[in-house]
Amino acid sequence: MSNADIYHEMIVDYSRNPINYGEIENHDVTFHDSNPLCGDSIDIDMKIDDQKVTDIKFHGKGCAICMACSSVLTEITKGKSLEDVRKIEKNDILSELGLEHLQAVRIKCALLSLKVLKSALYTYIAKNMSDLEGMDKLKDEAASLY
Amino acid sequence: MQSTESFFENIRNDFPILKRTVRDNKPLVYLDNASTTQKPTQVIDAIVDYYRNHNANIHRAVYALAEESTEAYESARDKIANFVNIKNRQELIFVRGTTEAINLVAYAWGRSHINKDDIIVTTEYEHHSNIVPWQLLTQEKRAKLEYIGMDDDGQLILDDLDKYLATGKVKLVTFSLMSNVLGTITDAEKIIAKCKAAGVPTLIDGAQAVPHMKVDLETLGCDFFAFSGHKMLAPTGIGVLWVRKSVLETMNPFHGGGDMIREVHKYETTWNDLPYKFEAGTPNIADVIGFGAAVDYLTKIGMDNVRQHEIELTKYAIEKFSKIKGLQIYGTKDISKRGGVISFNFADVHPHDVAQIIDEEGISLRSGHHCAQVLMERLNVAATSRASFYIYNTKQDIDALIDSLNTVAKVFKL
Repeated sequence: MSNADIYHEMIVDYSRNPINYGEIENHDVTFHDSNPLCGDSIDIDMKIDDQKVTDIKFHGKGCAICMACSSVLTEITKGKSLEDVRKIEKNDILSELGLEHLQAVRIKCALLSLKVLKSALYTYIAKNMSDLEGMDKLKDEAASLY
Repeated sequence: MQSTESFFENIRNDFPILKRTVRDNKPLVYLDNASTTQKPTQVIDAIVDYYRNHNANIHRAVYALAEESTEAYESARDKIANFVNIKNRQELIFVRGTTEAINLVAYAWGRSHINKDDIIVTTEYEHHSNIVPWQLLTQEKRAKLEYIGMDDDGQLILDDLDKYLATGKVKLVTFSLMSNVLGTITDAEKIIAKCKAAGVPTLIDGAQAVPHMKVDLETLGCDFFAFSGHKMLAPTGIGVLWVRKSVLETMNPFHGGGDMIREVHKYETTWNDLPYKFEAGTPNIADVIGFGAAVDYLTKIGMDNVRQHEIELTKYAIEKFSKIKGLQIYGTKDISKRGGVISFNFADVHPHDVAQIIDEEGISLRSGHHCAQVLMERLNVAATSRASFYIYNTKQDIDALIDSLNTVAKVFKL
């Protein structure tokens, strides 16, 4: 795959019209992170009821890859149980957008929002549960994504 | 001299890397010279020759190789001193680069000269390497870091400097001679005159200026000056810190170790002469020699010719860029006030996406915050695209960049 082929219709459309873009005022958890080298910066807000993500929104600044992946990630996450959200892997996002072979230097653009999501979940669980074992695993997962 | 255009066209033959292709067999168009420059055969050969024929540690042994090695290292010091008109070679300290030079000053000078409530003044268009060392120092000393602001034309607002100097608390003013993002050439003469009148020392980050124009430290009259080799045809990992001798003599060593000592006893040590007091350990000998070869190369071309070539390229690029719908250039359009660095944004397309798409056409363009997040904040952007030129760039390179931007426009339906 040529590198320029990653800029297909779907990526460009999502970058112009991201899905689930914005803030949730009375969120149950929010998390922010950025990529120090490129300056991409993402916040994710979630509303969680009965161990389910009932609403999720993201906002921030990023390239087309970052915006498209954040859109897809929030779409996948919405309505899922926390247990299922924990199971979301990087390939679930990348394959959805045909980005499985994204070069190393751009992978951090694609996965920043997943890192933020995992960290947000960690924050939520830390606040609400005593599931220490699961928490540490989540933290490690977020830290070792890329 | 031949006509300037064909002269600079011939220069390309000295750079082996410019003959290679990238991606899908596209000729390499290298436009990231503010980050690092390519190396001519003359520099590469000097390094190879050193390792093949002369390698030995310097300043110690008496055998033939050591003598050759020391002579080559020290003669590079003289060449570089001469290049920026440093009169006293004892004031020229070799370091890894501009970043290490500034950190050396913050540590070895700053820690003994900056106290609680003192003020260090920097500017809004500095590279992180001229901000973070001062944050570390001022936080440690409970001193203050203040910024000279920038106007919408990319020029420093010197009224800010006056305001800080009037407090009587400023202990250092530090600024870049040329912005690595906007290309703005700082009015150093004016700043230094103001600082001198107030008895305040000045540090200049010359990383972007020295490679691109004639710089004369004797005339400038600052107290500290730093620059890097790799942005001016030399290898990475070698740079220069110059400190006025009267200031250097008030400074403690940065690193302790070999070569920087006169006598070491169990509990005390006396220091070697300048500049060796500040060059602990075996230095980067080969790359100093490479740096010397780079300076020879630039001297042969003449820095006024380098500047003139870049003025022509920048003028050409700005004219062409101005015709592209949706393309915004940052900084002044007055060529006499800027170097060959052009930062821009193209409609709503993120600079990373611009860089990636045009990379397919063989074009190396930088995107991001360029280690100048304070400036990005001031410009109210997350990132910019940046094209920066050097002696081997041509108008064809700029045409190739413009053509590739058409591809970006197509992909993003601009």
